Amino acid sequence: MQTVAPAVPRSWYLPTKPHKFCPGCGHGIVLKALGETIDELGIQDQTIFGCDIGCSLLAWNFFACDSTQTHHGRTTPVMVGIKRARPELITIGYMGDGGGYSIGSQHLLNAAVRNEKVTLILVNNTNYGMTGGQMAPTTLPGQKTETTPYGRDVDLTGYPTKGPEFIAQVTPDSAYVARATVSKYKQLKRFLRNALRNQMEGNGFSFVEVLSTCPTNWRTNAQQTWHFLEDEMEHYFPVGELKNPLGKGDAANVAD
Amino acid sequence: MPQVMNEPQKAFITGNETVAWAALAAGAEIMFGYPITPQNEVMHYWTRLAPKYKRGFLQTEDEISAGFTVCGAVQSGKKAFTATAGPGNVLMQEPFGMAEGMRLPLVAVIQQRGGPSSGTVVYSQQEVTLTTYGGNGEGHRIVYSTSNHQEIYDYVIKAFNIAWKYRFPTFVLGDGYQAKMREPLEMYNPEDRGIEMVQPYPLIGLPGNIGKDREPQHLCNIYSLEEELYDVVMKISKEYESISREIVEFEEKECDGADILVVSHGVVSRAADDAVKALRKQGIKAGYFRPITLRPFPAQQLREAIARSNARKILIAESAYGQLYRLVRQEIYGETVAMETLFMPGVGIIDYDIINKVKGIL
Repeated sequence: MQTVAPAVPRSWYLPTKPHKFCPGCGHGIVLKALGETIDELGIQDQTIFGCDIGCSLLAWNFFACDSTQTHHGRTTPVMVGIKRARPELITIGYMGDGGGYSIGSQHLLNAAVRNEKVTLILVNNTNYGMTGGQMAPTTLPGQKTETTPYGRDVDLTGYPTKGPEFIAQVTPDSAYVARATVSKYKQLKRFLRNALRNQMEGNGFSFVEVLSTCPTNWRTNAQQTWHFLEDEMEHYFPVGELKNPLGKGDAANVAD
Repeated sequence: MPQVMNEPQKAFITGNETVAWAALAAGAEIMFGYPITPQNEVMHYWTRLAPKYKRGFLQTEDEISAGFTVCGAVQSGKKAFTATAGPGNVLMQEPFGMAEGMRLPLVAVIQQRGGPSSGTVVYSQQEVTLTTYGGNGEGHRIVYSTSNHQEIYDYVIKAFNIAWKYRFPTFVLGDGYQAKMREPLEMYNPEDRGIEMVQPYPLIGLPGNIGKDREPQHLCNIYSLEEELYDVVMKISKEYESISREIVEFEEKECDGADILVVSHGVVSRAADDAVKALRKQGIKAGYFRPITLRPFPAQQLREAIARSNARKILIAESAYGQLYRLVRQEIYGETVAMETLFMPGVGIIDYDIINKVKGIL
């Protein structure tokens, strides 16, 4: 029996805990890191959290922040609309790889090109989790999904989308672009903090892809899950900051 | 925001320019738009005027984005709007659906062009079904069909007030002819005419400390259980029905004792008006009925007009192949009056077309 309540971020909304993500899902780790970052930056009251459709929709009432739930792929324009109308607010768009890189890719690309002053967090678990494990733009070559039951054939479906790499190509130097992973928590928090600070300082577009886990649809046990994340995904999708206009001055910007 | 005009101004301008001025006068704070003919000049005039009056504009990557940025802006408490047409109206059905489901006071001006598909860039009344009942919902929208530039000015202002008062997405349905032609009108500050301007308010991004002064605002748009959604849709339906009586608008002329009623909407109703006057001069007792709101539809008012007439026939005239006709048919179900039709999809209708049709069927 649990006798001591776990320490949770102040910005979490407790009536909706425990959360509804599958056991072993990486969303909880991302949202904990985000919650702690919101606490540390002291931005809970002016943050607008917007979530996509897909597993990310389960986060709609996750935080004790104002939030809105949008459509599949459309979180980016909703966040842009809020930020354009109310620049004093801190807007965080939260989406999966299907929502961001496939159905919402035109919004992601153009928001990046326009250097919209929003922060977008895209959780990459290499498949469409909520709809039952179909191929995503990020599915690895050879990876089995419900729509690539014999493994992803790159001759037929192309290679996985490398989001931060393409966003880094189309954004000016004032944009922040990084790829984190739920296997490196301190680094994840540092990247999220930088992405939010970049918006708070009015620099420009801020984007963090987070490599995450989906044991339910991967059909993996704990050991296999971690192996797929750390060895296969992190090998294909290099983790690190691609653009950081904040420089080295931030005290939190030290070793992981 | 600076005052738009100190005293009423006579103008001779296009319908699209009228939209821009009316949105300014209504206090719209930001427009999101994407180029499509025949609404482009709404953006052209807005972008010239907006900086002078401290208003915002963003040209988005497509109409989907234009609709969703409007959704975001109104959620944050600002009067925002867009304008589109044809295939753009198709793409915007997705954000319009979000506005229906979340009760967002979105305002959109639709300048109908020919369809299906890319159709023509010129004119039609073929976006009636799409604008009134598009999307995967129940048509919980308010749609004004204007017929001249004065109405465009008046109803764009009204659209913002109605949208923010009742929180249903609100549309001003024009067309390519109204968009592009010049007409005289009088522009004014609505407050000077005693029009009460409904103030916008935020749904998210509220003042105060969360947990101390207030609870967080979580806006939901997808439900886990059928019963949850059922409750939401039933609540919205009841509210929509209860306010419909306050919203419906129509125009009626010479229906009492008439032998035939001509039913039309939008710019076609001007031809119908001329036709009815000409027919009357020729001794034919014709009447005129025009729904101004297509959603909610003035069904009771049309039934009463039919009842007060001697008409055994009504003529439905439209620049579409039966979109108004289907609307009328469903709204006055049970009436025994015969329904004749003049369908001219994608082309204009003049008084002569209606006069000839009436003479042929009486």
